[in-house]
Amino acid sequence: MIWINQILQGILLGGYYALIAAGLSFLFGVMRVINLAHGSLAVLAAFLLLVIDHWLGISPFVGLLLMLPAMALVGVVFQLGVLERSLRGGVLIPLLATFGVSLLLDNILFALFGANTRSFASHIGTLSYGSWAINRSIDISQLDALIFATALGLLGGMHLLLTRSQLGRMIRATAIDADAAALSGIDPRRVRVAAAAMAMMMVGIAGAALGMRSSFEPYAGGAQLIYAFEAVVIGGTGSLWGTLIGGIVLGIAQNVGATINPHLSQISGHVVFLLVLVLRMRGAGGLLGDLRRKIRRQPMAPT
Amino acid sequence: MNQNYSIERGTSKIRILLAILLILVAGLAAGPLLLSANDLDHLIVLFIYIILAIAWNALAGYGGLVSVGQQAFFGIGAYAAIRLSYYGMPVYLALPLGGVAGAAAAWVASLFMLQLRGGEFAIGMWVLATLIQQLVSLDPLIQGSTGTSLLVLNHFSPAARRADTYWLTLAVLLGLLGLLFLLLRSRQGAAMQAIRDDEEAARSVGVAVAPTKRLVFVFAGFGAGMAGALWLAASITFQPGTYFGVQWTAYMIFMVLVGGIGTFEGPILGALLFFALETMFGATGVWYLIGLGAAAVGFALFAPRGIWGALEARMGWRLLPVGYRLVLVPESQHDAAASAAVQFDSHA
Amino acid sequence: MSLLEVAHLTAGHGLLVACQNIAFSLEAGEVLALVGANGAGKTTLLRCLAGAHRPSQGQIQFAGADITSLAAHRRTAQGIALVPEGRRLFPDMTVLENLLVARAAKRSGDWSLATVLDALPQLRPILTRRAGQISGGQQQATAIGRALMTNPRLLLLDEVSLGLSPVAVEGVYAVLPRLIEAGIAIILVEQDLRRAMATADRLICMLEGQIVLQGPAADLTREAVTAAYFGLNRIAA
Repeated sequence: MIWINQILQGILLGGYYALIAAGLSFLFGVMRVINLAHGSLAVLAAFLLLVIDHWLGISPFVGLLLMLPAMALVGVVFQLGVLERSLRGGVLIPLLATFGVSLLLDNILFALFGANTRSFASHIGTLSYGSWAINRSIDISQLDALIFATALGLLGGMHLLLTRSQLGRMIRATAIDADAAALSGIDPRRVRVAAAAMAMMMVGIAGAALGMRSSFEPYAGGAQLIYAFEAVVIGGTGSLWGTLIGGIVLGIAQNVGATINPHLSQISGHVVFLLVLVLRMRGAGGLLGDLRRKIRRQPMAPT
Repeated sequence: MNQNYSIERGTSKIRILLAILLILVAGLAAGPLLLSANDLDHLIVLFIYIILAIAWNALAGYGGLVSVGQQAFFGIGAYAAIRLSYYGMPVYLALPLGGVAGAAAAWVASLFMLQLRGGEFAIGMWVLATLIQQLVSLDPLIQGSTGTSLLVLNHFSPAARRADTYWLTLAVLLGLLGLLFLLLRSRQGAAMQAIRDDEEAARSVGVAVAPTKRLVFVFAGFGAGMAGALWLAASITFQPGTYFGVQWTAYMIFMVLVGGIGTFEGPILGALLFFALETMFGATGVWYLIGLGAAAVGFALFAPRGIWGALEARMGWRLLPVGYRLVLVPESQHDAAASAAVQFDSHA
Repeated sequence: MSLLEVAHLTAGHGLLVACQNIAFSLEAGEVLALVGANGAGKTTLLRCLAGAHRPSQGQIQFAGADITSLAAHRRTAQGIALVPEGRRLFPDMTVLENLLVARAAKRSGDWSLATVLDALPQLRPILTRRAGQISGGQQQATAIGRALMTNPRLLLLDEVSLGLSPVAVEGVYAVLPRLIEAGIAIILVEQDLRRAMATADRLICMLEGQIVLQGPAADLTREAVTAAYFGLNRIAA
């Protein structure tokens, strides 16, 4: 029974990883850039929410209504100030520039807020500890369920937006071939700004989830980037549903590892990630490769 | 106009410069006899920074591989030195073997990590560094995140230890510079620079991209591993969180980016600059780090060739003859120095 | 006033000059064929007109306004559409999505999804197929349809018959009369000299980046065009 519980909890944890990975995956899909500042931006979002809640004395859920537009604005500035310019500089420059941004953000947050660990757990009432008992040994945390449902909703919403709306078509066209998109009347710059704003709103939601389910401090961004990246790679880069599967695999790996030995939680996550890399090397053979190819064939993400 | 050409590897000025360099090296080697303990400590740190910058520049500047996980090899170098010394190996043998351990780890990692492209490789290396840190923390000798010390070094007198560490660091630095210099002048060097300029084009003209990248990766792993072992020799204590911290890679990136990525001299300049900035502003703590981050973003976006790259482009400077230059010689006068009309240079 | 006026246009790729001092004009509704050997600069010229390539010198006027420095998507909004060499469809998107995405130009006019599908009926059965998985002729029809969805006043067709079977070429060319009837001006790059002369009102022949011959298609003989095409006049002179 303990194994069933651990796997169930791992799936729920995977919801969080999918949430934090969604923005990274989406931005990569549109701009072919792996944003090394991704984790730091999620932590920035959490601190924004903290400040909003502190000033206005409102619940983090209401605060989201202010934080998400602010993150969209961050996305616009980030795109125009950093990404758009660095995209012209080949492969190295976007990596160096976004890594510089992560250094900058981490240390600015440290200068402003100090090293203290923060959390929204005490601001969200019973949600932080409420749970549903399935049977004697399995409980489902209400917050975990909410985060999992949010991840499903976000990925589903993105899927609909990308496949059904004109903006989605424009984003996908720009991702595939920006020059051809421009010849079809699309302004690739504006589309990328819109995509960056959307990606940062996703990052904002992930940052809020981070602050509600655990805690954060100015230098917590690196670990979030690593989790997000592992979920993306395990699930297959550029596929939104793959990101969900990747998050779940990562969550299960960590929980199963932790059950064997508490030290093994993170290690087993990293090991699964490396195993996927090795499997991918063998011509994407085996179950995972097939699964990934199937996911890729569906028109859900800019590839 | 009818023209002949000759291929040159350096100019006559280079020879004078080499003589100056030799005198400088001799002066540095005499350091422990002339300088105060404090100065020696500072120089050791500076040399280690230069080693780190050279290693990361080889990786990114010549291999086109941006890694944010080079702290993996820095930590492995220190950890291997501690482990080997604990097994009873003489400490001044264990320290260089730390570098060898870094190289060996890089070779193993190259088997799967080099499959990754661009940003995937960058963060993938970070994941690997995190994993290795967590595995090292499981070693009882390291006592989890508490860490341990290279206690054997306390058997030496502080002055002797400092001088030995200084000489070892200087030797490693010069050795790495020499190795890189020879590498760049070899066939492999031409391949490395071709890959740096355009990987696809290099592949299409028959450059063996994968072995060349592996060579660069192992070189960078050796450099970072040596730097880690030397840092351990200088500071004696070892905590996994410090040695496997991403800040080491951040420093490497800063030095290389500011100095001039893909140039031989740039990383040295970057390390000198970084060392000077740290000496001046390091005490301001977080504001210093904010400044580093801002400078890194600024250089990446607005001056991606770095200081040396910009100087080189503007002045045609080149201290060390790591490239080839094609000098067109008019038929009438075979005076190579008179006309340097076309240069096919490695320093793009 | 002409619809399009090009003056002193020079463009290249790095040190290589692809077009040099190009000057010509085009009236509304006129069909111009651009011929010349490979590397004569035809594609670069079309890309300069569409805003996909930045000329180093010269001016381009469209409908009385200087558009020389206008970005490609702004030119599409003004009514210039390029069907590029190699079609450049979005292969992971369906044919329908490839058409709909060009609504981004936001130009109103006669062309809508319904009228485009009337003009290119071969697209109807394949609307839900991926653009990367259809035949070359179908891809070319999709590319033309995508350009029409932007409601162009000037359509630039770059080698639409390249790599297609004769039957597929007929299918693609079948749409041209309909476009001409609708009053769209067309610049057509075509390797098939006979077809070019039969379709166009006027003809320009390029050689090594320069215009070496131009005139009404009816006044030119095939021999004269062939001579210009291969630069025979120049060698004789």
